[in-house]
Amino acid sequence: MSTRSHSTVMLRRNFTHIARNPTSVFNAVLMPIVIMLMFVYMFGDAFNVGVDYIDYATPGLILLAVCYGLGATATSVNSDMTKGIINRFKVMDVSRAAVLTAHVAASLLTNLIAIGALIGVAFLLGFDPSASSLDWLGVLGIVILLGFAAGWLTVALGLAAKSPETAGLAAVPLVMLPFFSSAIVPAEKMGPGLRQFAEYQPFTPIIETLRGLINGAPDTSDAITAIAWCTGIALVGYLWASSTFNKRA
Amino acid sequence: MLDGIDLDVRAGTVFSLLGPNGAGKTTTVNVLTTLMKADGGTARVAGHDIATETRAVRAAIGVTGQFAAVDELLSGQENLQLMADLKRVGSSNGKRIVTELLERFDLVESAQKPASTYSGGMRRKLDLAMTLVGNPKIIFLDEPTTGLDPRSRRTMWDIVRDLVADGVTIFLTTQYLEEADQLADRIAVLDQGRLVAHGTPDDLKRQIPGTHVRLRFTTATELDTAAPLFTNSTRDTEALALRIPGDGGTASLRALLDRLDEHALSAEEISVHTPDLDDVFLALTGHTTKVDAK
Repeated sequence: MSTRSHSTVMLRRNFTHIARNPTSVFNAVLMPIVIMLMFVYMFGDAFNVGVDYIDYATPGLILLAVCYGLGATATSVNSDMTKGIINRFKVMDVSRAAVLTAHVAASLLTNLIAIGALIGVAFLLGFDPSASSLDWLGVLGIVILLGFAAGWLTVALGLAAKSPETAGLAAVPLVMLPFFSSAIVPAEKMGPGLRQFAEYQPFTPIIETLRGLINGAPDTSDAITAIAWCTGIALVGYLWASSTFNKRA
Repeated sequence: MLDGIDLDVRAGTVFSLLGPNGAGKTTTVNVLTTLMKADGGTARVAGHDIATETRAVRAAIGVTGQFAAVDELLSGQENLQLMADLKRVGSSNGKRIVTELLERFDLVESAQKPASTYSGGMRRKLDLAMTLVGNPKIIFLDEPTTGLDPRSRRTMWDIVRDLVADGVTIFLTTQYLEEADQLADRIAVLDQGRLVAHGTPDDLKRQIPGTHVRLRFTTATELDTAAPLFTNSTRDTEALALRIPGDGGTASLRALLDRLDEHALSAEEISVHTPDLDDVFLALTGHTTKVDAK
């Protein structure tokens, strides 16, 4: 009979975890939708952004949806680490990359489900994108790159944290960061200090890239900055995660 | 943490590392199982160097750590299946192995329930069953019975004996002298990262006091007066106690009490002790385990 590769086995384990622990999926999938409804119906009219608010906000909410999935990833990585199952894998002849890659892949999958649901609801609310199918491919690419980068960083946070609770807490800044970007309101409308922060923090170019693609007018310089940030975050996350994984017994 | 430990374990035997909390037992297991890198020194496990042939070592060993490393969201059966998949035993072989292990460890009824619902004893059993998938030649058991009730402890001992009968080599750490005595062919006593004794259980028992009577006094003066009365007695000045070798029978107890009476001494407390880890430590290191266990 055929023998499955370690990565497949680990992936299946992580997917089973997601299926067995639906609260984490609800949090990742429903929270962004709740926030979307809240902003579009309650505050949308108050913001003058020049276009329909749903069209303005959707790209930022896509990013928010990625971030909301991260808490569950951090918690689940940490519980693997602190409950000893990672040590079990480490003393077996098991590919070490497989353990962490499976967590990143599961995190990415949760992100994609959340974003799919979010875009679906956005269409119901009158979302009217002018993106071509090539632009949509670009959106998918950026989303995957972002999910991958944020996933590795979160895995590293989860490995380094002392307990599942602190791991969940460590992901909170990542959930808050989109609110201090151009996700909900344009950076120009913010006060001094906050505005500069919003303009230069990594999520703003990523959101602006998504916004450009969805409006059918992608901005190359935003895209390059966004890709650079994602690659940097992914690299830092990956190196940090690998060294913590190897060191912590 | 560890200092100049030199161990030699023969294949097909049970080797027990005995020591209190903080002695370095888990560190030793972590180093030998490739979980941690040693700062220096060499070791070979199943003939493979732990530093340079880690993969070969990992392929030969099974490890059950101090805390049951089971996947709580998966059922008992899924946990075992996960191990079978990772050890690449093949899917039809895997199914058979999983069924056999569930039966052997009496987990058939709970096989479909998530491991998070298991009791402590069941978790340990599942953990050990997971370790056995793929028939490792050498099994490391780090305090396998700590925290288990006496019945589960007996079950664990039986399992270990069965494994040895199948030709598996066991490296066991424990805090219990009785456990080492019951299971091990050879015992090494670890104290603050150093080996203080090494031998068969009988060798070891020869070095430690047998059953003894312990007298506790209220003042140092009383202890000073009493100590010379009993030859072979050992004093524990800090606790104002005197330990007197003896069998604890009524005749020797009466003689002992008469002796105290003759000198108008009375002890605050009298107790009969059978040897435990504390005695091993007092005999071998001159201090009790409680001093180190910080």
